[in-house]
Amino acid sequence: MKVLYFGVLRDVFCCPAEELEVGDRCTVGGLRQVFHGRMPEGAWKSMAIAVNQEYAGEEVELQEGDEVALLPPVSGG
Amino acid sequence: MQIAIVQDVIDAGAVTGSLKAGSDGAMCVFDGVVRDNTRGRRTLYLDYEAYEQMALSQMRVLAEEAIAKFGVRDVAIIHRLGRLYVGETSVLIAVASAHRGASFDACRWVIDTLKKTVPIWKKEQFEDGAVWADGEPFPEEIVRG
Repeated sequence: MKVLYFGVLRDVFCCPAEELEVGDRCTVGGLRQVFHGRMPEGAWKSMAIAVNQEYAGEEVELQEGDEVALLPPVSGG
Repeated sequence: MQIAIVQDVIDAGAVTGSLKAGSDGAMCVFDGVVRDNTRGRRTLYLDYEAYEQMALSQMRVLAEEAIAKFGVRDVAIIHRLGRLYVGETSVLIAVASAHRGASFDACRWVIDTLKKTVPIWKKEQFEDGAVWADGEPFPEEIVRG
């Protein structure tokens, strides 16, 4: 599964996207756990996850081919 | 509705001129400008980036919600990306309505909500280093679903 990174997370992972292996029936909450320990605690706690360009809650199940993105708190304007 | 993400200078006059209609009695405009400092630290420029397609759809949702919530007639939201220098417009919001009260309220609500929900980020370049601007925490319903 391809995961896109934005903002400060691009600096954390040194790339704009990564290919990740996640198990069957992985949820957004499960994906969040995959990243626990891979990034600073503050960034992990504050990020949102988008699936197919919509904010997705923890219960959402990921499907093969979904476009997944990790979003740090936004700072537009 | 005018919803756009652009790379070039935002022409405020063109946006407001084309938004206006005969039934409007008020047009409230918010012009977000690159400031020369953050908490006293001198800013040289800002680099804006976005999750572009999602940002556009979130901006569209904001405009639709503002029209429904405040009863205004029309909304424009234009955000610029790329490198912006002090004094340049990063975002322009215009709200047209029959009466001023609704347009003021809607305009304020749109910029305040955009700053929490639209996936756009800015990196601040200071004289002595660069940092990603602290965003505001996401609303609880976005993270938990």
